[in-house]
Amino acid sequence: MNPQLESLPLWASLPITLLLLLGSAIVLIGALGLVRLPHFFQRIHGPAITITLGTGSILIASMIYFSALQSRLVIHELLITVFVMLTAPVVAMLLMRTAVYRDLRARDRRPIVSANKSKTTTEVYPFSSKEEP
Amino acid sequence: MTTLLSLAINITLLSVLLAMLLCTVRLLRGPTAQDRVLALDTLWMCAMLFALALGIRFGSVIYFEAAMLIALTGFVSTIALTKFLMRGEVIE
Amino acid sequence: MTLRWLPSPALSGALLIMWLLLNQSIAPAQMLLGSVLAIAAPLLARPLRPLAPAPLRKPLVLARLLFMSMIEIVRSCFNVSRIILFNAKGVQSQFIQVPLDLKDPYGLALLSCLINSTPGTVWVEQLPDSNDLALHVFDLHDEQWWIDTIKTRYEQPLIEIFEHE
Repeated sequence: MNPQLESLPLWASLPITLLLLLGSAIVLIGALGLVRLPHFFQRIHGPAITITLGTGSILIASMIYFSALQSRLVIHELLITVFVMLTAPVVAMLLMRTAVYRDLRARDRRPIVSANKSKTTTEVYPFSSKEEP
Repeated sequence: MTTLLSLAINITLLSVLLAMLLCTVRLLRGPTAQDRVLALDTLWMCAMLFALALGIRFGSVIYFEAAMLIALTGFVSTIALTKFLMRGEVIE
Repeated sequence: MTLRWLPSPALSGALLIMWLLLNQSIAPAQMLLGSVLAIAAPLLARPLRPLAPAPLRKPLVLARLLFMSMIEIVRSCFNVSRIILFNAKGVQSQFIQVPLDLKDPYGLALLSCLINSTPGTVWVEQLPDSNDLALHVFDLHDEQWWIDTIKTRYEQPLIEIFEHE
């Protein structure tokens, strides 16, 4: 075991423990959603919680830990936080558009199937986002 | 409190590893290509978190650099893969 | 007021802070190097920027919007994880269409970032031939509620910030 842990005061180790437990639970649930949810358009929401709350709480725990350990302000984890918060929406949007374009193209390639699906005209996109893959 | 904290650190390492395993399952099984890209992106994220947790476990700030490099390369590779899937080429 | 050699002060400040955080020191030498980077990088990258930088109007409204969406992110994180754990097979998720009044590119970019950061909603695209937004919602109960929420909670402050005149 790491001997440095002994020198941590209680005000630091209590929030670190709680944040680490919360973060690990959220990361696990996000990956579980990636496996359990039935369709791609639902699966894309699983990693979103990993990226926002899981990453956030583990980064804050790391910040508190190193600040208490070296008894000075160690906040360079903020760089990763800002970077992830800026890039995660871009990745999610590009993945979603990729999936939508690919499904639209796949539908255009077999027009007979889409012809008898005229009842779904109220939907935004003319393919079904419910069917089991 | 110290034993509780070290237990929490070990739990974090284990659950991030388990999450990486689940991502690998989706990466290998995923019916469509975009599923695999999503799983790969989550795998990058989990690898970054694993590096951070290792840094807490060993009390060393060296792992921060690794985590940041993993985050940067993960973003670039995911963007390149999605562009390739959407258009068939990376740079238009 | 923008100086000739300092086209966007906010970007330069952010670059300086990034450099200092990366080096973990506030020694004068690092300050000097960071300032050189903060002044040179925006000047060199200015031809790459397609739009003029937006002036920061109404910082209070922006701060309130960011704080509120942070609370919303944490809240919907727990919602999504509850659904994944207990109701993974029966969740109703579908695409909805939201008519937008916002036209400013910066405002649209911020809106898409906020919507995408919130777990449970993913922005797809602005539909061609209209100013409508296609949105995928993870747990859809009431389509009108989502449209109203996005219009009042997110779009109204953004119009106030970016389209004041």
